[in-house]
Amino acid sequence: MAIDKNARYLESHEYAKPSGEYMVFGISDHAQTELGDVVFVELPAVGKKLTKGALFGTIESVKAASDLYAPVSGTVVEVNEAVKNDPSLVNKDCYGAGWLVKVTPSNPSEFQSLLDPAAYGKAIGEE
Amino acid sequence: MNGRKPTNITALHDWHVTHGAKMTAFAGYDMPINYSTGAVEEHLITRRSVGLFDIDHMGQLEITGQSADDFVARMITAKVSDLVPPMARYSLLLDEKGGVIDDLFVYRLPSSWWIVVNASNHAADLEWFRAHAPSSVKVTDRSDDTYMIAVQGPRAIELLDKVANSPVSTIQRFCWGNIAIDGIPVLFGRTGYTGEDGGELFFPAEKALQLWEFLLKQGEMLGIETKPIGLAARDSLRFEAGMPLHGHEISIEINPIEAGFKWACDFEKEFVGKEALLAIIEKGVSRKLAGIEVSGGVPREGYEVASPDGTVIGHCVAGMFCPTVKKYAANAFVEPGFAKAGTNVSVIIRGQPRTAVVVKRPLYVPAYRR
Repeated sequence: MAIDKNARYLESHEYAKPSGEYMVFGISDHAQTELGDVVFVELPAVGKKLTKGALFGTIESVKAASDLYAPVSGTVVEVNEAVKNDPSLVNKDCYGAGWLVKVTPSNPSEFQSLLDPAAYGKAIGEE
Repeated sequence: MNGRKPTNITALHDWHVTHGAKMTAFAGYDMPINYSTGAVEEHLITRRSVGLFDIDHMGQLEITGQSADDFVARMITAKVSDLVPPMARYSLLLDEKGGVIDDLFVYRLPSSWWIVVNASNHAADLEWFRAHAPSSVKVTDRSDDTYMIAVQGPRAIELLDKVANSPVSTIQRFCWGNIAIDGIPVLFGRTGYTGEDGGELFFPAEKALQLWEFLLKQGEMLGIETKPIGLAARDSLRFEAGMPLHGHEISIEINPIEAGFKWACDFEKEFVGKEALLAIIEKGVSRKLAGIEVSGGVPREGYEVASPDGTVIGHCVAGMFCPTVKKYAANAFVEPGFAKAGTNVSVIIRGQPRTAVVVKRPLYVPAYRR
């Protein structure tokens, strides 16, 4: 399973990845493999305030719907419209074209509290 | 079966696991839900070329004896008096109340009736047939010595024509023929559960791996894309094509009239459940099966359906993303007044009503009905 070295993770498999002053959220390669084919994503509107650990959307695979939890707190500045139209991007490129939302973090120190790539790898039984 | 034995496996179980299948419990069997190809792509492969399905979990019963013809005619709903070899037909098995014990395929063999039943109802069906059989009729469970693989898709007949000892293209839809593939004797039924052309293969269980690998290899050598397909795609294929899955669109709690299967019942003859169905027809149904297209989420089994004013008018019995028609759709039982195509309704997804409309079923017209 690929683990993006620039991202940090929740145990529930969402990642946050710094992109300039923003944070990009998505789900890990491990998560997309476990979910199977993603067929629908429901994401918050631009401007929505997200709280670390709180629900920010839903991702649905062929078999089930799963909640998405915010890795850090912040305000949504951009939503990946491409992934709404083609949810399989999450399977094809979860750390790239399959990103979900971009936020302005409200508490940058929260990022440090997430699992780093090594700790996340351990959490999913790798490395 | 029926939970007494928690997990059965098919002869191809190890093959599935070593070829990257994700396995899941289904009807007491550990079956492939999808391979590394993925459920959506497996669905699309079956619609464009050839899909191979391990369906050995399904049961086969053979009915023989002096009064077997009369017995079969009385036990199942379909017309059988005109069934002669090599014909086969879809039918329902009802209880006295008109509830659907199972749906099945009945093959008229030269000196017996060959009945293919769902894995989840196999034990109950066997018990039901045996409990009703007179002493002159023998009901034999042939499931253990019979293997079953489905070969489905627009190029399935082309593939089989090239590998079988005699062409299957001469066998008509809903008929069967005896062929051999790689030296293995196969009873080929030109039927299936995907909405595509193709067939279901019955053959000696010990030849499962040989035939499975032979078909995959021949597909590759002949340049006919042929892939193993898991249960998730099998479900979306049958759903798009408007075929029922027992426990969802039909069940012991659901009668064929409300589910839209009156056509599978021959009211010219006597059959178990007929009186109940006549009473239901006379009285009128309280709910009807409807196809519903949803925007803004994936409808799933158990979700409520509401009218535009928010009143709950039914519930979904199956729902999913449909890869070929690219829609999110459900089958739901709703009050009859809401079952007409074009009716605006909503489906409650995670507490939120989502815009939905009743649509004509099936979403995908089977290839052989076009």
